[in-house]
Amino acid sequence: MNFTFHRKRISGLLAMVPANERSFLEEMKNFNFPESRSLKLKEVMGYDKHRIVEPGVCVSDLAVFGLEHLFRNGLLQRDEIDALILITQSPDYFMPATSNVIQGRLGLKHDMLCLDISQGCAGFVIGLIQAFLLLEQESVRKVILVNADVLSRKTSAKDRNSYPLVGDAASIAIVERDREDSVIHANLKMDGSRNEVLMIPAGGFRTPSTAETAALEDVGDNNLRARDHLRMDGSAVFNFVQVDVPPLIESLLTQAGVSMDSVDYFLFHQPNRFMLQKLADKMKVPYAKMPSNIVEHFGNSSGVTIPLAIAFNLAGRLKQDNYQVCLAGFGVGLTWSSMLMRLARLNFCELINYP
Amino acid sequence: MKTIAEILKEIRPEFDFAASHDFIADGMLDSFDVVTLVAALDKQYGISINGTDIVPENFKNLQTIEALLCKSGVRL
Repeated sequence: MNFTFHRKRISGLLAMVPANERSFLEEMKNFNFPESRSLKLKEVMGYDKHRIVEPGVCVSDLAVFGLEHLFRNGLLQRDEIDALILITQSPDYFMPATSNVIQGRLGLKHDMLCLDISQGCAGFVIGLIQAFLLLEQESVRKVILVNADVLSRKTSAKDRNSYPLVGDAASIAIVERDREDSVIHANLKMDGSRNEVLMIPAGGFRTPSTAETAALEDVGDNNLRARDHLRMDGSAVFNFVQVDVPPLIESLLTQAGVSMDSVDYFLFHQPNRFMLQKLADKMKVPYAKMPSNIVEHFGNSSGVTIPLAIAFNLAGRLKQDNYQVCLAGFGVGLTWSSMLMRLARLNFCELINYP
Repeated sequence: MKTIAEILKEIRPEFDFAASHDFIADGMLDSFDVVTLVAALDKQYGISINGTDIVPENFKNLQTIEALLCKSGVRL
């Protein structure tokens, strides 16, 4: 499915990571693997440090902290928020929507839309598409797109396939109309027949959480995980990304009439360094144009890796410079989506610690 | 230059790879070992094995790994 948007832009971006930093070298002892094998993997996958929330910290805590930072610094006014979209796989509650919880905690106006979207690694791009669609309405002038996940709370610390990678983080993008005649192209695909490739099997209504689903099980490869935990079929995800993402990008650029060379940055979701570099090789994109340094510094925080990559790599330059960027997210659902847009003249672009 | 067998031995020194016809089925290489092996082969031969070729069938034994290297442009 293809989309084209006119006169829309991201005008500000804030990324937040928990101050609590863990290191793979310290955590290696939790895994039943020889140290030499873990160290080889560290080098290839980019495992190093990751940011994990303290127990009890929820998505709304990160969002409220970030929005209050913007209010306090005069970067956003409470009353100008016409819509608050929250992209998350780790809501505070089943009900109500966490976007409503955020609205209530911040005392935002009633004349606004709060919307939770259950999306993961493609969530930032899906959220932008939704924000641009809302901005087609005259009554909507400013959309706040919050992308946040605290999936470390649903990941087994004794699962070497998932835990070293996982990171918690949040981002807030201010999305509004552009005075210039900018054009944004996007596309997305979904395949629900592969929904079990990435999932948390228990804890919902299908399989409620019980003592049994919370018990750690030996799931092979010396990993221990409960059914309440995040489960990822790593090989299937890898194959999905290598097979399905390159044609998605090719189709996007064809749709936009833009060559690969004229894209300044390919800011893709970052599952791990190996997967991203294989993608870059396949697409013949230089590594310098496709940053893959988020997992090693912060961990994989689902869709937040995209805004985090922007804030971490480009923050100092986005206030004055103008870049044509290709964003892409791919993961749970399965969902894969990409977007070609200009990032320019941001009012702010920051990375801060929580708290 | 290291041989494929030597690279495999570095990754999983506890196994005798010459005695197996299916490293995956025999539990000698898991998916993360395959990733480590690909990275080592890329570095050793100055190539980038295509991401879509990183599937278990191509890492079953020495012959399938050799065939993959040939497909990736290596002259063995």
